[in-house]
Amino acid sequence: MSELEQVWARLREVPDPEIPVISLVDLGIIRDVEKRGGETWVVVSPTYSGCPATTVIENDIRKHLSKHGLEVQIERRIAPPWTTDWITDEGRAALKAYGIAPPSTAKGPAECPHCGGHDLERVSQFGSTPCKALWRCNDCKEPFDYFKCI
Amino acid sequence: MSALFEFLLRMGDNTLVLGHRVSEWCGHAPILEEDIALANTALDLIGQTQMWLGLAAEVEGKGRTADDLAYRRDVIDFRNCLLTELPNRDFGHTLMRQFLFDAWHKLMLTRLCDSSDERVAAIAMKALKEVSYHLERSADTVIGLGDGTEESHAKMQSALNRLWPYVGEMFEADSVDDLNAQEGVTVNPSELRADYDRIVYDVMSDATLTIPDSRFAHRGGRDGSRHTEHLGHMLAVMQFLPRAYPDARW
Repeated sequence: MSELEQVWARLREVPDPEIPVISLVDLGIIRDVEKRGGETWVVVSPTYSGCPATTVIENDIRKHLSKHGLEVQIERRIAPPWTTDWITDEGRAALKAYGIAPPSTAKGPAECPHCGGHDLERVSQFGSTPCKALWRCNDCKEPFDYFKCI
Repeated sequence: MSALFEFLLRMGDNTLVLGHRVSEWCGHAPILEEDIALANTALDLIGQTQMWLGLAAEVEGKGRTADDLAYRRDVIDFRNCLLTELPNRDFGHTLMRQFLFDAWHKLMLTRLCDSSDERVAAIAMKALKEVSYHLERSADTVIGLGDGTEESHAKMQSALNRLWPYVGEMFEADSVDDLNAQEGVTVNPSELRADYDRIVYDVMSDATLTIPDSRFAHRGGRDGSRHTEHLGHMLAVMQFLPRAYPDARW
């Protein structure tokens, strides 16, 4: 495995600090891993501009890679802006299994992540983190987080 | 002071001051969901501030950082519109202020996505996604409370009457705007007014609220010439820690 492939593989092991079932790679925020001169750079696009996890994520990347003998520099890149379209299919499946409805192209979740019901209503436009909203399923009566589509 | 630096301060001070104001609700909102929504809105605005003031510091080239600009300037150096520094008062008033700002903010950011300065365009594209969501929420809430109970309607009408004289300043243009507009960095804010009036009219109609029949505008925030007395009190709280313990680190 080349060094860049090793970095990608290790990055797949770093979970999102707030939604630990999804890796940073599956979340779609790792935009690039590349060599610049002798240095290895990881390009990260933050989800929301004020997300407090952004700095934690950068520290987690450095810590995990350094544990495996890989030293990297990190570039924070805002353009093009991160979009939920960059979340991988594996990431979407992991969110759903965890009880978070994955982002949908429609104005809300496609179905209840608990029971698959379609009679859904929004409780609040914001949830426990900037990237989520709070919804409720009228079939199983359970509330659930919805990963906002942006 | 360059026109670009001045423009970046205006954008960043708007989001900083309003972001701080909204954060004052943390732990005090009427219900938990609204508390979380307000905190998240504040967080987005503070995040945008880091980008605007970060670029301002870079453009200035005097070794200052976004934090230096936020915490080590005094009232007369701030360039936010007066609307953003007004106290929260009640929940309805806070959301009315948010709506009146969000509607302007979204129009401005939409135009800034085409800025000739690609750093400005990049920040605008990032912020626009968040601000579109803010506008959706504040408009919904203004409609819900305006077309709500007798009491909520009265409070929203009173908030609109009180805040309306602070709307005009967002559309004023001076030599800074002219210079930046000529360079294609930004647009003349007055160009946004017609679209703004349409959005506000539609939302206030649904909210059964009456827009005051006056174009009188308080001014003095975006050029720093005359802020309200409220900003100094706000900064005293916001800047306390870095001023009492200079260079303190986590």
